[in-house]
Amino acid sequence: MQDIDTFRSETRAWLEANCPPAMRQPITQDEMVWGGSQVRFGSQDQRLWFERMQARGWFAPGWPAEFGGGGLGPKQARIVEEEMQRLGCRPPQFNLGVWMLGPVLLELGTEEQKREHLLPMMQGRARWCQGFSEPNAGSDLASLKTSARLDERGDFIVNGSKIWTSYGDASDWMYALVRTDPAARKQEGISFVLIDMKTPGITVKPIELISGKSSFCEVFFDEVRVPARQLVGPLHGGWTVAKKLLQHERAAMSKFSEGAAPSHDALAVARPYLFGEDGALKEPLWRDRLAALLMDAHAFSLTHQRVKEEGMARLDISGPASIMKLVQTEQEVAKYELLMQLMGQRGLSWEGEEFSRDEHDIGRLWLLAKTYTIAGGSSEVQLNIIAKRVLGLPG
Amino acid sequence: MSFLLNEEQRQLSDSAREFLNAQSPIGLQRRLRDARAPLGYEPTLWRQVVELGWPAAVFPEEDGGLAVGYAGLGAVFEAMGRTLAALPLLSSVVLCGEVLLAAGDSAQRQRWLPGLIEGSERLALALDEQGRHDPARLKTRARRSAGGWVLDGEKWFVIDGIGAPWLIVAARLTDAQGAGAREDEGEGLGLFMVDSAQPGVSVLPTRLADSRNHARVMLSGVEVAEAMRLGASSDAAGALDAALDRARACLAAEALGLLREAFSRTADYLKERVQFDVPIGSFQALQHRMARLYTELEMLQSCVGAALSAIDAGDPALPLLASLAKARAADLCEKVTNEAVQLHGGIGVTDEFDLGLIVKRARVLQQCLGDAMFHRDRYARLKGF
Repeated sequence: MQDIDTFRSETRAWLEANCPPAMRQPITQDEMVWGGSQVRFGSQDQRLWFERMQARGWFAPGWPAEFGGGGLGPKQARIVEEEMQRLGCRPPQFNLGVWMLGPVLLELGTEEQKREHLLPMMQGRARWCQGFSEPNAGSDLASLKTSARLDERGDFIVNGSKIWTSYGDASDWMYALVRTDPAARKQEGISFVLIDMKTPGITVKPIELISGKSSFCEVFFDEVRVPARQLVGPLHGGWTVAKKLLQHERAAMSKFSEGAAPSHDALAVARPYLFGEDGALKEPLWRDRLAALLMDAHAFSLTHQRVKEEGMARLDISGPASIMKLVQTEQEVAKYELLMQLMGQRGLSWEGEEFSRDEHDIGRLWLLAKTYTIAGGSSEVQLNIIAKRVLGLPG
Repeated sequence: MSFLLNEEQRQLSDSAREFLNAQSPIGLQRRLRDARAPLGYEPTLWRQVVELGWPAAVFPEEDGGLAVGYAGLGAVFEAMGRTLAALPLLSSVVLCGEVLLAAGDSAQRQRWLPGLIEGSERLALALDEQGRHDPARLKTRARRSAGGWVLDGEKWFVIDGIGAPWLIVAARLTDAQGAGAREDEGEGLGLFMVDSAQPGVSVLPTRLADSRNHARVMLSGVEVAEAMRLGASSDAAGALDAALDRARACLAAEALGLLREAFSRTADYLKERVQFDVPIGSFQALQHRMARLYTELEMLQSCVGAALSAIDAGDPALPLLASLAKARAADLCEKVTNEAVQLHGGIGVTDEFDLGLIVKRARVLQQCLGDAMFHRDRYARLKGF
């Protein structure tokens, strides 16, 4: 107990001394530092924070030191996270490698794979993207068709395409699901492989959305050679590996939302449109709708807090945790819908200086928000999960 | 703020659930209804509850209470919602007890609080006058007189008013000529202890869908001594608001219990009921409706927990959180019970089936101390728009 308390106060002191004040402010999308060969720092503080945490191994405090981690036990690693949260420290590096793939490699990877991949992602030299979805495999992921046939040397030759790969154009490596046995039942013919994005035969094409430019890409594979040593887990056993990896998804996603600068404050944006010049409500009906929206958001943030508290107290939170993605994304959608309608035709502004920044942003985000309820398990998939796993409904 | 119950609160919650399952199952509610019991609750059950110490839960130790707090009492209300247990806990203990605690002077507190905690006294709050809860607009007047005050007016929907020896009456204060009252402001509010047997007071039963104790109180030239006025030197409107918010949080907790019960009965039914050779719960159209209701109930639970813990913490955000919880509870009292009936199909509208009792109680809970529209309006005002 004494040791733990000492460790906590030392951790706090170190963070106080080493985390620049600017790195304790809520973070916006363009301030995130993604590692990798294309790493870019927006400020000196971002670089400092990145380098100091890297040197300490605290991109992943609980990982073994030989792979660039902090070498801490679970209790201590948790303390580091708690203290970072308390101070509001930003994640020094955003990397799906560290957050999603890393834990899987530590558990299932060969020694060779750990040596080859863990250190570079921990040093921020390799940025990872996820290659799961395909044009014909969205909600029904197991129907994926990108093929990997074994050649005479035991390497995989990959053909096909992936879609909705976030930052595919900025990543160095991809972890991907590929079909290695076309004859087997859906889930049973899939393998989990690691693909170097510089391999000949790979083409990456950014996807433009209805809201404009996006981070999503299409990735095409034409006779792409993936060495045999890049297979994670057993051949045809990739589905189980992917399920393990997705268990880390919730924790990874929370790094994006925790400490994130809040998206638009609905009341602040709405205020000028609610009242006339005389200060009176233009249309009383809007007030009720806006109140309902704010109250939904309030209820959600209380639920978020409750799940966190109950989780810390080791209560079973599988029920309430299962609603979070559904509720959060639907609330974002509802918010932009309401703000758009409140702005009237001004909310539909696309370009030009005669409109305000809010008016431009709301219109774009209204469209972008449509991806929220589709990506990462659509709302309908979330409802299926709640109905079957939480409520135990049959079928 | 904490969403977790401490050991003492958890024990209270467990014992409440156990006790009510055994002593006050839904069947008791049906018997009371069929017997047209004027009190709307079982007096022997109330005595047992008093012995268990529930009325003492939220009062400070110096007033004879146990100081377990509202997180604990809220769990009791949730358990009451589960079995539709009828008890004068909200009316006498939460509403009147809190008004006395906040507005009463020490003599007034000593006169009534110990009896209220021991069950020898029972009080009811005479506040609402119209169909919709609107505590800021009262027509009942308290006119200055030589010896104190004279009350005139009519109160409706007084919870557990039948058989309550004492009423706390809310009225607008006027001078001897009847001037000075404003209908729409918190100022000038008076709270009076009124003996329900005294001349000029008549208490009549009204029967609502939930078959519980709701009274109509007529006040005609009722003379009340100055000593019977609560909060003469304190903020009566503030005391009333504080009591109302505590009661709203408790009502939301009761609604949560009731709605969880309606929901789990519906989920069980969907697993059993076979049509087209399969359990109807295997149909995705129905699964998604259930999943949405579940989502709403989880959110309600968070709001209820936050409101209750805000009371215990003395958090100034209580009015906001109480309105948040009551608004959500009110909306769901409508939505969840309507879905429960529809998903049960024909059997859901038969009186023999207990779901109907749940539906009827839910709709009273929806209206009681403010529906969703009332509380959204209040929330917006508190947020400054």
